[in-house]
Amino acid sequence: MSNKLQIPVMSELAAQGVEPEVLYWVGCAGSFDARAQKVAVAFAKIMNEAEISFAILGQEENCTGDPARRAGNEFVFQMMALQNIETLNMYKVKKIVTACPHCFNTLKNEYPALGGNYDVIHHTQFINDLIKEGKLVMKGGSAFAGKRITYHDSCYLGRVNGVYEAPREILQQLDNHLVELKRSKTNGLCCGAGGSQMFKEDEPGEKRINEARVEEALETGAEIIVANCPFCITMMTDGVKAKDKQDHVMVVDISEMIVSNKRL
Amino acid sequence: MIQQVIFAIAVVGALGFAFNKYAKILRNIRLGGEYSTDGGDFERMKNVALIAFGQKKMFKRMVPAVMHLFIYAAFMITQIELLEIFIDGFLGTHRFFWDSLGWFYTFTISFIEILSVLAFIATVVFLARRNALKLPRFHMDEMTGWPKWDGNIILVLEFMLIIFIFHMNGADEVLYNIGKAHAEGMEYGEVGSYGFAISRFAGPLMFGWLADYGDFGVWILNLLERFGWWGHILTVLCFLMYLPFSKHLHIMLAFPNTYFAPLNSRGEMENMPDVMNEVKMMMGLTEMSADAPTEDELPEFGAKDVFGLSWKNILDAYTCTECGRCSSVCPANMTGKKLSPRKIMMDIRDRADEVGRNLDSGDYNRNNYDDGKSLFDYISREEIHACTTCNACVEACPVMISPMEPILKLRRYEILTESAGPGDWVPMFTSIENGGSPWQVTDARDKWATDALDENQ
Repeated sequence: MSNKLQIPVMSELAAQGVEPEVLYWVGCAGSFDARAQKVAVAFAKIMNEAEISFAILGQEENCTGDPARRAGNEFVFQMMALQNIETLNMYKVKKIVTACPHCFNTLKNEYPALGGNYDVIHHTQFINDLIKEGKLVMKGGSAFAGKRITYHDSCYLGRVNGVYEAPREILQQLDNHLVELKRSKTNGLCCGAGGSQMFKEDEPGEKRINEARVEEALETGAEIIVANCPFCITMMTDGVKAKDKQDHVMVVDISEMIVSNKRL
Repeated sequence: MIQQVIFAIAVVGALGFAFNKYAKILRNIRLGGEYSTDGGDFERMKNVALIAFGQKKMFKRMVPAVMHLFIYAAFMITQIELLEIFIDGFLGTHRFFWDSLGWFYTFTISFIEILSVLAFIATVVFLARRNALKLPRFHMDEMTGWPKWDGNIILVLEFMLIIFIFHMNGADEVLYNIGKAHAEGMEYGEVGSYGFAISRFAGPLMFGWLADYGDFGVWILNLLERFGWWGHILTVLCFLMYLPFSKHLHIMLAFPNTYFAPLNSRGEMENMPDVMNEVKMMMGLTEMSADAPTEDELPEFGAKDVFGLSWKNILDAYTCTECGRCSSVCPANMTGKKLSPRKIMMDIRDRADEVGRNLDSGDYNRNNYDDGKSLFDYISREEIHACTTCNACVEACPVMISPMEPILKLRRYEILTESAGPGDWVPMFTSIENGGSPWQVTDARDKWATDALDENQ
């Protein structure tokens, strides 16, 4: 990378009187999960490359409250949400981009009822727009070029919010062979993490959901499973390991494919 | 005359019985709490047109969709013939519209007959799918006992309706062929054919031989025609009385259920203003009001019984026809967990029925209801804990039922009112509350960024 990476923090920009165009909502996974941190960096690099004026909230960001709300704990959800809305409104945030479909859904669909109204977009939509606007031009060939890939729709980006095409449009720009899963788009199968399952043991059953989903992904013969959600990445990676395929199959976020393509 | 009297008694009796039952179901639906249906009239009508009338969501699975369309279309169009049956029944006439409608009558009945044949095929296919082909979704745990019977009884009733129609039209056709028919406006002795698409051939094929037996044959043919006519109308009345005990109510409730389906994003869980306002006060975002309610009892959050659900949730439950599309796409169910979204809906309906029966007994009243039971006697914790909120069940339902919403309301009750729930979630809640993240972490939230900046100097 020629230029120095920049990840501005909102409070520092505010002190300088600068209002960035877009707030990058990192989310808890992007902030703390070792695997998702890589995605967070990848997306930051993409925004640097496209010269986007952005900032993160840094220490002032909290969990959106999604896992608490879906577990049934409305109190904890409200505490997080109201606090976040206070912060976002204080900085007069208008546009938010996030690499987590759960954060995306909660910020977009649930914060308005609590007084937080923002233009919220998922990083796959954001990247797709950058490509369409010519701000991000794909190069030929990369570590992923020519590979057989498959794309896993996350529930909260796909079925819940109806975003199916933006991620696929990006994948078309990359030099891959996309094989659709037998269950995809509206019929996509959950990775097993949603509804706060991520934070508890599975209920008794015959199989883990992530393993069932990975089996479907392996049927496509893909070497790369592309995801758009940090929790899906964790679940799918675990599933690939459970099937002892970690040496043959990678699980990556779309942003990481861009970074590879652009050698960022 | 005697036939008219019997007809009137049968119709009034059946309607009276049915009305009483339907009123109780409406009462049971209204056991549920508030549900906002504000706005979006146009969109609601559009949903009814496309999803209920147009069966749009059925067509995700082609074979059952086409078969179902046959039965649905036959059912809808047969209502026209039913109108004539009612008029004939009350007035003692026969084929009231035959003369006045002319060719259009022949066309309409022919149309009904063709659809009835298609519905006949569909009924055979459906019976086979349920009983011979062993489709997994018809053989889950909740589909034993009554629900299994119910599905088959409905199909057998449909079968009978179709058989009776062809009995009626077929025998009548043969009578007309030999100049012994007596429709309104038809001269007795007139020899001809009704020209109905199927029975003009099927009638002589089935009953033509009876014409060789003179008056006795005519007597039998008249008997067969009456048998078909009475069989049809009595089956219709039985159907009407049976529906309130059956999963088959969807033929009516699919329409209101689709109309009232939520229009907001699927991703939005219903806000809880009480909790929001309390947290706002706690955080000092609003003034502590002097007249804040000081209740002795802790308020109840979420749902433990039908009263805590919305009336739409209960309408959902009565609308459910147990097709099991929800359960067949549920990730928890397909990996062997106990959760089956269909069972959740069946449990809510069964519980609403139970509460309704208890209210009818007079031992309980609506405002202070306590029979020592709740939805948790029907739905286990294990089931509600297994949901990933992936919305596959919501997407799959052809009549816009959400099995997910009641699951989340039960979770809210468990967590907020009982302070119970999966033990694993407790540290998650604590971490969020204290550290703003579901994981207990000591690192600064932007350490990933500062590390990345260091690496990319």
